Amino acid sequence: MEQLAQQLFNALQWGSYYALIALGYSMVYSILMLFNFAHGDVFMVATYIGYFVAVGLLGLASLSLLPLSNVAVFVLTLILTMFLASFVGIGVELVAYRPLRDAPRASAAITGLMVGIFMETAVLAALGASRKDFPLLIPPITFTIGPVHVTNLKLLTLAMAFGLMFLLHLFISRTKIGMAMRAMSFDYAVVPLMGIPMNTIIVFTFALGSALAGAAGILFGMAYPVLDPYMGVLIGWKAFVAAILGGRGSIFGAVVGGFLLGFIEILVAATLPSTMRDLIAYSIVLLILTFRPYGLFGEEYSARLRL
Amino acid sequence: MGTQTALSRVAIPWRRWVHPVAAWFRQHFGDTPLGSWLLGAAVATLLERLFGATIAYYLGLGSVPAIFGLSIVLKTPALIPSVLVFVLLMYLLPTLLVAKFTTPLFLRWEERLSTRVYVLLHVLFLFLILYFWSQVDPYRLLVLRLLGINILLTLSLNLVNGWMGEFSVSVAGFMSVGAYVSSVFMVWGFVNDDVFGPAFFPESLAPLAFPLSLVLAGAVTAVSALAVAIPSFRTRGDYLAIITLAYLFIVKSTFENLDFIGGPRGFMNQPEVASFTVVFVWVVLGIWVMHNFVTSTLGKATNAVRDNESAAEMMTVDTRRVKVVAFLTHAFWSGVAGGLYAHVIGYINPSSFDLRKSAEILGMLYLGGLNSVSGSILGPVLFMFLSEILRPFQLAKWLVIPVILIYAMVRRPRGLMGFQELRVPFLVRRRQAQEEARAHAVAGD
Repeated sequence: MEQLAQQLFNALQWGSYYALIALGYSMVYSILMLFNFAHGDVFMVATYIGYFVAVGLLGLASLSLLPLSNVAVFVLTLILTMFLASFVGIGVELVAYRPLRDAPRASAAITGLMVGIFMETAVLAALGASRKDFPLLIPPITFTIGPVHVTNLKLLTLAMAFGLMFLLHLFISRTKIGMAMRAMSFDYAVVPLMGIPMNTIIVFTFALGSALAGAAGILFGMAYPVLDPYMGVLIGWKAFVAAILGGRGSIFGAVVGGFLLGFIEILVAATLPSTMRDLIAYSIVLLILTFRPYGLFGEEYSARLRL
Repeated sequence: MGTQTALSRVAIPWRRWVHPVAAWFRQHFGDTPLGSWLLGAAVATLLERLFGATIAYYLGLGSVPAIFGLSIVLKTPALIPSVLVFVLLMYLLPTLLVAKFTTPLFLRWEERLSTRVYVLLHVLFLFLILYFWSQVDPYRLLVLRLLGINILLTLSLNLVNGWMGEFSVSVAGFMSVGAYVSSVFMVWGFVNDDVFGPAFFPESLAPLAFPLSLVLAGAVTAVSALAVAIPSFRTRGDYLAIITLAYLFIVKSTFENLDFIGGPRGFMNQPEVASFTVVFVWVVLGIWVMHNFVTSTLGKATNAVRDNESAAEMMTVDTRRVKVVAFLTHAFWSGVAGGLYAHVIGYINPSSFDLRKSAEILGMLYLGGLNSVSGSILGPVLFMFLSEILRPFQLAKWLVIPVILIYAMVRRPRGLMGFQELRVPFLVRRRQAQEEARAHAVAGD
């Protein structure tokens, strides 16, 4: 029981990563009806950006050029990384998706995959195979609540994830751009007729999704401080599965799917040998999709889907 | 469109060199049929097999340049003259001479032989070319066999992604099932192995049993593909893509957990039975079967399911049957390709069949073009060609290939041969085809 409660926090932590990344998949999907297969690598690049920003800021702080406390460094790193990561996402949009707006969706999937491979190789070529250690921005404190030990990092991850999701919700429901995004996901064809600059909205969507991936990257880097260029592949694809599990294009679904996948994985790993984790986790995903073929919160397949 | 016409109007300096050469070529080789070219190339590769090493030595190349010297040229530009002389002497000259002198012979055959026999003759020449070419260098042998396997994979994937319009990424998973099944069968039956004990049958029987093991591998893969085919009744598009993705992960994880076949360490000791000839025969067989499948009623039905499932259902297409057949055929041939792969490489482990492998095959498929048998041959050929001439550059290879693929997708979003087909009977009988076209033009069709 104690162990279960302990694992609950692990599940929430991993669920936060998956959910934050899955949001990027889902938002792009709800507008363009295609999955941004480079998103996992955007997450990877964002984590590296976070690493360099954090190291740079810590360097400046230690040279006493900038009077920054550790918490201030963390906040600045987060903001700067989210800002810079959004440009990575915009770059992917411009290179891989905009030229193929009217092409078959599968072609865009291929360009997305290729941009992803390009980014992995570019990071590998630029930084070498040596693994980078993410700096410790916040000194770890372990809280003990009854029998359960929780680090401040886990709580921070959880709080940040929910905070960002709330901000995203506000953005989508309260701002003009958010309204345009909702309109585009409702009817892609009519929106340009209403004078809404379609490409601007798409760029915003990619930027938002990538900024969330950037936040996930910082949180992930602080918890698992070893970075390598292929880290985005596995986490990215799992977040993709989470997005589908929740229902494609559904933002609420992406969050639920992310946490659900986190729970499934951690609980399988906690109760069965850890090598069985992927096997059981994906079998459960397969089962869920067999009984709910359109995901938990997804709409049924319709002619709207542009193949 | 506009840019293209503008480009063609730009005066390119080398045009004035190209035009006379093209005119000379057209004058002397205008009606040389494909068969003559193939025979010429076969003779050229035979000569290379016999004298290539000597000539390369005297040209200062060390050994025979593996892929027409292209990667040598990219790596050490100082050797360009030697490579040019080698290519001219070894490939161009014999091919041109033989093609010129056998033209009348082939034109006579073109009229006498039936299309089937004539096409078979071309396949035979193609085999001879590739066979001689591959005998020079073990590296060429390996690359050609892998190319054949990739053609099989791309073609079988095209069935689901192209003809049926789904997005399947499980090709590496199907491949791994086939690879493991055929490896286990062959090692258990024909090899003295630490795990599976002494061989049941003498090892000399292994080449005979290899086709059987491939069919078995294909069949087992097809059965396992029911896990993907049955959910496809209710869902399609992205959800099916996820199901195929989950299949890939599940298969990989299963093999990692099966300790008696090595788990994550992998499985080796496969007998050397996948010679070039064997791979070639299977690839030709695969292309033939797939071509017949997609031109059959069932193939048209598959297209109908892609374009509009409900409408297809109303036109009496049994959509469930179509889906099962398409997925199972895809899985069968991917499994066969996996079995071939295991015996070509001689070592398999679960992580050699990961998502990256699927992405590579998808890249070949979409480069070549959906819904096209010839595209599924062209795609892997181009992709492998690129990746092999860039091999000396190691890491940079994976920077260049994505850029080229993205450029290709942007310029031709449907792939190079998407929804088009080279018609083989017309290809091999050019003169006849030309005359027919002329007759049609005169008749005013």
